[in-house]
Order: sequence, then C-alpha cells, then structure tokens
Amino acid sequence: MAEIFVLAEHRQGQLRDITFEMLTKARELAEKTNADLTAVLLGKNVREHAKNLVEYAKRVLLVEDDKLEHFNSDAYQKVLSHIFKERKPILTVIGHTSYGVELAPRLAAALNVPLATDCIDLAFEGDALTVTRQMYGGKVNVKAVLRKAEGYMVTVRQAAFQVQKPPTPSNGEIEEIPSPLTEEITTKRFLQYVLPPPGGVDITAAEVLVGIGRGIKDQSNIPIVEELAKSIGGVLACSRPIVDKGWLPSDRQVGISGKTVKPKLYIALGISGAFQHVLGMKNSDLIIAVNKDPKAPIFSFSDYGIVEDLFKIVPPLRNKINELKAQKT
Amino acid sequence: MDIIVCVKHVPETAEAELKIDASGKTIEKTGLVFDINEWDDYALEEAVRIKEKFSGTVTAITVGPEDSDSTLRKCLARGADKAIRLTDLKFTNSDAYATAKILYSIIKNLHFDLILTGAQAGDDGSAVVGPVLAGLLGVPHATMVKKIEFGEGKAVVNRELEGGLEERLEVKLPAVFTVQTGINEPRYVSIMGIRKAMQKEIRVMGLADIGLNESEVGEAGSWLKIEKLYVPPVEKQAEFLQGSPDEIATKIIEILKSRGLV
Repeated sequence: MAEIFVLAEHRQGQLRDITFEMLTKARELAEKTNADLTAVLLGKNVREHAKNLVEYAKRVLLVEDDKLEHFNSDAYQKVLSHIFKERKPILTVIGHTSYGVELAPRLAAALNVPLATDCIDLAFEGDALTVTRQMYGGKVNVKAVLRKAEGYMVTVRQAAFQVQKPPTPSNGEIEEIPSPLTEEITTKRFLQYVLPPPGGVDITAAEVLVGIGRGIKDQSNIPIVEELAKSIGGVLACSRPIVDKGWLPSDRQVGISGKTVKPKLYIALGISGAFQHVLGMKNSDLIIAVNKDPKAPIFSFSDYGIVEDLFKIVPPLRNKINELKAQKT
Repeated sequence: MDIIVCVKHVPETAEAELKIDASGKTIEKTGLVFDINEWDDYALEEAVRIKEKFSGTVTAITVGPEDSDSTLRKCLARGADKAIRLTDLKFTNSDAYATAKILYSIIKNLHFDLILTGAQAGDDGSAVVGPVLAGLLGVPHATMVKKIEFGEGKAVVNRELEGGLEERLEVKLPAVFTVQTGINEPRYVSIMGIRKAMQKEIRVMGLADIGLNESEVGEAGSWLKIEKLYVPPVEKQAEFLQGSPDEIATKIIEILKSRGLV
C-alpha cells in the first residue's frame, strides 16, 4: 500500500504544532489517493509522543536511539534514507521550520526526490503533485508543479493548515524500527540551546502595541513613533528588519522568530505583512495598518487600512490623542 | 581562510507594488530596483569580516544574467577579492535545485575553507541552495546561522530556532553555512570602493565551461516548474480610511473611542 509520510517535529519533550498541522493536511491527501498515513518519529525516549500520534495516523514508525536525543539533520538523514529505501513513500511532508530547512533540501537531493519548500497548499493531480507557495515576501502566490517522480517531498509553512482531529481516532499501530545509526555523528554536533536574553519589556503583556517595519526608513525616525506609542498608552514593537538593523532590541520583535502577541489594539506602521510577522499578531483584537503600498499583504489581515506615508498620519494622530487627553483632564 | 560567497541579484520588492506580467509566470521587472539579496548581503559581510580577522580570500559567485554584475561589483567594493558570474541562456528557469548544481560544478574545482550564502532569497524564498550545495560537495552544513566562531578545524555556530530560541552546533570545516539576517551590520560602500571595484575583473562562465549537461539545468534540471502567479486571495479585507491625513487621524480617533481605547 502506498504511504504518505509526515515527519513528526518535537523539541525539548514537546511535539510541535506543525506536526499536527501536517497530519491534518496529509490525512486529506491520503484519503484522496488511497494511501496510508504514516507518522515518522525519531528521538530518544519519545514513545509517549508515538501514543499521541497514533490518534492521527494509521501507523507510527518509531526509531529510538540515544544519538537522536537532539535534532541533528545528518543523523536524521541517515535514518530517513534507510527507511525510504525500504518503503518508498509517495509523499513526505516536513515542516518548513528551522529543523525542516536544515534537513529537507539535502535529504531530497540525496534521495533524488523532487522537493518544494514552504508550501501553503498541495494537491495530487493524477500522479503529479502541485503546490502553492509564495514569492516576494507574500506579495505573490505561485502555483507550481513538481517534476514527475515516484515520490515527492514538501516542506509546509507553519500555521498554513488548521489542525483537525480525525472524526474517530485512527488507533494506529506503533511500528518500531531498529536504529541504523552505528556510530556517533561527528560532522555536526549539538552543543546546547541558547535562550533569548531576558528582555526589559514584555510586549506580550501590552494592551496596545505600535508595530513598526521597514517603512520607518531610519533609526532617527523612531522617536516619532515612540511618541505616538506613549500618547496612546502603548508599547513599541516591530518586525524583523528593525531588530536586524539594531534599531530596537530583539524583545520587541513580533513574529515567528520573535513573540506572538494579542493586544486590544495593534497599529502596524510601514509593515508590509510578510507571514513571519503576521503569524505573531494576526489575532490582535483590532488591527489598523498604515502602508504606502495598497497591495501590501498586511491589509488582508487588518480591520482598517490607510494607504499613506506613515509620517503623514502619525503626527496628526498623536496630536489628536493628546488633545483628547488634555480635554479629559 | 578562503571563503566563497554565493549571492543572488534580486528585485527589491518590500515596498514596491508588484504586477504580474502577461505570461502570468513572472512579475513585471521594469521600474523595480535590483540589488544583492538581503540575506546574501549579510553573508558577504560575514565573509569579509572573517577574512579581515584571519586573512585569506573572498570569492563572490552568482548565477544570473549580465545585470548581476552590479551585485558582484558591490561584493568586490565591499571586500571580495574575486567575482565569478555563471551565465548561459540554458540556465533560464533554473530553480534553487538546478542553481545549486550549477554552483557546485564550478565550486568543486576551487579551494575553500568555508562557503557562505543567504538563508534564503527574497524573491523565491526557497531556502534550498545552501544545504543542497553542501550535499553535492559532501561537506557539512548549517542553515539560519546567527553567529559563527572558529576552532581548530571546526566552527561553532548558533542557529536560529523559533520564538527567539537558538541552538549551538559544532560543525567540521570545510562547511556551508546559510546566514540569517541580523548576524552583523553590513558596511556601507564608499564611492572610492565602488570605483576601485569597477577595475576588477568579473570572470564569466557558461554551461560548456563548467561541464554540465543541458538536461541538468534550466527547467529540465529543476524540481519545480512554475505554472502561474496570482495575487493572494484576501483573508479579511481591511476597510480603507480615506481623506486628508488630518481627516484620517480623526476617523482613527473615532474608531478608538468607540472601542474604549482612548
């Protein structure tokens, strides 16, 4: 029977959300193609995870080895290549996460399996696999088809699929596979996790956030938006480029590689709305975005949009808020 | 230390309004400003800093048409010693996988202790070239690198994970690292530097020079074929506020008032 593989992602004793997102989408594909849904789980002492995964998958292939205690793409590649040669899955789904990005491209090339990365949707059309992905920071969607092959590999974007439990638990079986790793991996070794430096400001606790992006243009413009944040009783947050440039500390960063926030009000200034940022703020109660580009993706996640230069909007807005406060006192 | 940096010449699109062209398979490029891919910019800066510390050479390589020379010139101006452009009509429509094969076919003949490139490109966002290139060369790799330190025959790198977490890895050299933005602060190029770089030679090579077969590059040698581009469907369309800046500010205040936010 044909198989669709989902590589379970876990870290520090936790199965990560992406695992269940992938299982949800892969189940739909497995039903359509009449294939078995198989979760592949590699690690040390991860049997508990396997018990969790059998609710979603027909079977769990479990490889336990002390050498798999921490994610290591070289170790994973050896183990997965071994399993692939035996079972030849028609599709393998891996997360487009830090781990998936480290693993999938080299694995696919080594196995000579075509790969599409960072997919937001996928479908079989006959024996061809078509995928939807994005280009130019989410401003354009692309429909692409993978080169015809007997097996395909994809990495999928985080939060692209909403987790749905199967109507009835799959009650899958756990199939243990002896680890093919005979010696320590010496090319690349995990040393330790490095936690983010303790921050001075907790943006996740703020009720009002003023988020800034590339549109701020220059570090010297930050006081302008900081004043707005102050008058409205909010805190300054930002998208990745602002932290990369060193204009704000990393504890202000909203998005996949920063914080996830859910304030009562999020004002996005000069933020185009790449998914890496949007994932961190799209559940805010009220989102108001200012951007010069009318097609900026941020507008499809906002309640109110203003197509204008942020420097034309911020000063009158700040003045009016200050006037209002002056009237009240 | 001899370092190779793989760079890509891409349109700057973060603040531009994009249009899909008549073929439906690419965007209209007229009016867009092209520059070095942002991630590669950090990779180049990192390479030059390593060279300044340990001495050695930096070679910048790109796959692309003649226009890409401006990106290579920038690399030379910033401190690269040599530049190679791989150009051939047959390379058209190469995806990240085919591009990695093209890069491999030249790099396998060069001496290197380290290869740096961006974690991804701002246009296709594949994040594929670095690790595939490493696999073809048979050397270790690490992606999304935020910090590099060197030891005897090895490097210790910090990789970016999610939510602000990083992991520290020890990697044997030579290796390929893909660099995440923010690893350093790329320097500005002086006019003098650019002038000097104009005199340096850019080596240009094509399919025949690198000994690749036609079927290994372009669409035939790619994993992915683009069928069509389209504007992403809207999840939730914002209500646009119109008027003068002053009128818009008043409207925002009304919204905030109605929600008890001011």
